[in-house]
Amino acid sequence: MLSEAAKKELNEIRQKYPEASAALLPALYIAQREFGHLGADAYEAVSDALGVPKAIARGVGTFYAMYKHKPMGRHIVQLCTNVSCMILGAEKLSDFLKNEYGLEPGGTTPDKRFSLVIMECIGACGTAPAMLVNDDFYENLTEKHIEEILEKYK
Amino acid sequence: MKPTNTVIKVCMGTGGIAAGGSDVMDAFRTELDASGIEATVEKNCLMHKVGCRGLCAKDVLVDVIVKGQKTTYQYVKPEMISRIVKEHIIENNPVTDWVVGDDYHNFHKKQLKVVLSDCGSIDPEDIDAYIAGKGYEAARKVITSSAPEDVIGIIKASGLRGRGGAGFPTGVKWEAAMKQASKQKYMICNADEGDPGAFMDRSVIEGNPHAVIEGMIIGAYSIGADKGYVYIRAEYPLAVERLRKALSDARTRGFLGKDILGTKFSFDIKVKLGAGAFVCGEETALIASIEGQRGMPRAKPPFPVYSGLWGKPTVINNVETLANVPYIIRNGAQWFSSFGTEKSKGTKVFALTGKIKNSGLIEVPMGIPLREIIYDIGGGIEGDRALKAVQTGGPSGGCIPAEMLDTPVDFESLAKVGSIVGSGGMVVLDADNCMVNMAQYFLQFTQMESCGKCVPCRIGTKRLLEILDRITKGKGKEGDIELLEKLSADIKAASLCGLGQTAPNPILSTIKYFRDEYEAHLKGKCPAAVCKELLTYYILEEFCKGCGACLRACPAGAITGEKKKLHKIDPAVCIKCGACFDVCKFKAVKKE
Repeated sequence: MLSEAAKKELNEIRQKYPEASAALLPALYIAQREFGHLGADAYEAVSDALGVPKAIARGVGTFYAMYKHKPMGRHIVQLCTNVSCMILGAEKLSDFLKNEYGLEPGGTTPDKRFSLVIMECIGACGTAPAMLVNDDFYENLTEKHIEEILEKYK
Repeated sequence: MKPTNTVIKVCMGTGGIAAGGSDVMDAFRTELDASGIEATVEKNCLMHKVGCRGLCAKDVLVDVIVKGQKTTYQYVKPEMISRIVKEHIIENNPVTDWVVGDDYHNFHKKQLKVVLSDCGSIDPEDIDAYIAGKGYEAARKVITSSAPEDVIGIIKASGLRGRGGAGFPTGVKWEAAMKQASKQKYMICNADEGDPGAFMDRSVIEGNPHAVIEGMIIGAYSIGADKGYVYIRAEYPLAVERLRKALSDARTRGFLGKDILGTKFSFDIKVKLGAGAFVCGEETALIASIEGQRGMPRAKPPFPVYSGLWGKPTVINNVETLANVPYIIRNGAQWFSSFGTEKSKGTKVFALTGKIKNSGLIEVPMGIPLREIIYDIGGGIEGDRALKAVQTGGPSGGCIPAEMLDTPVDFESLAKVGSIVGSGGMVVLDADNCMVNMAQYFLQFTQMESCGKCVPCRIGTKRLLEILDRITKGKGKEGDIELLEKLSADIKAASLCGLGQTAPNPILSTIKYFRDEYEAHLKGKCPAAVCKELLTYYILEEFCKGCGACLRACPAGAITGEKKKLHKIDPAVCIKCGACFDVCKFKAVKKE
């Protein structure tokens, strides 16, 4: 079930568009925030709130990379491994996360503290390699730097 | 002592914040308050944040302006502030140790800033700062005293072409939409920047969001739209936040909303967040995404100017294109077209990245030789190594080899050598970069981001990638290079949208200029020593001191040797991780 606040928020967004299905992308973000990830119950809630078939909602949700379909850790480490980051050593950082934290791409640590998502270009190429932890950008990364950063996220 | 007329500008773009910009601002506040100065911040001393000025590699960058004299500091940390406040702000002696050097000034010397002219000097969250620099004057002039035809005439005469990649003339697009009889039209800003190696749109929105909004207002007035959308990547939280604030401030001041500036013209803009799909940068896919569907492109024609969002005439312009508009209206078409070449007018913003000394965001007149960008602005290659190639235009573009460095950078010249201006990514490569590996990286990206609607792109990019994978693993076959070329030609010809039509470009251009590297891979060698499966590691007898560092670092137990004697790597056990190579201080470990 969506919280009352979320329902209200969703309804407001719904009013902004000429048709209900146009509100799907923001609605799925809200559901993801409420449920943690998009499972059957989340799609059901969105479908009910907008009056859009569940199949349509799921079709849209599964198209976009930022909707998560399994439970995620408390903090999402989003490491860029695309070209500018790659040629400045991002692959080594990915190995480091695997060896030191047991974080595989797409995986979550057993204590649910971190999930790792490999990103396609986050637009921080001038200061590569770079990553986002939740909404915070970190750039010019080294292994030591990553250790210090992750300390801040409990 | 009382500091007067002091202005402090702290770089607070994404780069500045990541380097600790907020802590630097806090430190200034604390130091100024505590240093016994009568004045606190905001009284005699004005401090504000500014957007990206391009050279993020030297962040945090701080301008301190005392009595009109500007001094720029680089790599500023909170612990440096007390000395800057005491010596510079109070005693008026700049702390020369920390002042930027020649490379900072050279970086800016050959640039020509139009779109970025206010980025890095004004506070992007303060609408008054934009207005004080003639902001919204162009919109006011247009709305209150110009006919839409005349505005479009100016944009056409300026020669402005789309900065998102395709380079379509902006005025022609607007004119087509204006001529549509529909009552409902839409003005969309495409801020779904996703090309690997590009971050110009992010920086423009973070550094000067009002210029983009003003450009949209002028566009909407010209075509007769009353609703607008900015479709922006959710991966850019700071840009989204600043854009939302700017929209709300513009609304409060009456530049957006109903009956703008007392006229009959109404226009408002909504922000629509993307959700991580590169293909949504394609205009018909972007429309599908705003409508709440899977972001899949559809066939053109009809073009969006005839049938776009919800079937209504729709203009979609890129961020940088729109940010040019207010400056063109303010200074005239002739002023703008005096920059650039015959067919590519004005300036272009590029993201200079990779193995370059001064990586960052630059704006240059169209037609500038690539060599000047790399060596004069970029300061040359890291470690003064030799340049191998410059990759332009991201996954839709190609490589320009070192021997063609005098190529002018404009739409036509880059197309002639098999690359594109694209959205403006420039990745600099040196001898340590393998061109087959580069092509493989871009194909991994396009294959992953292919929406799957049309077969040539969905299956074709997959097959291309498989061939590249086997070549880089030493399992390539005779005829693979020709197969790549043939398949590429088919995919380019048969794909539905720009993603598929350009996806083979990184392969074709690397084969064109670096065919020998592909051939070497087929023979089991990676000349740049990048492709893991093709590498052999060994220890050079003349350099090995027998220190044992490699032996301790090797996770596979592949290295043997006694202290102070030559060590050896057993190729049968070696997993080619490179740990020994990284750890050896004597450069005794060799890979080839």
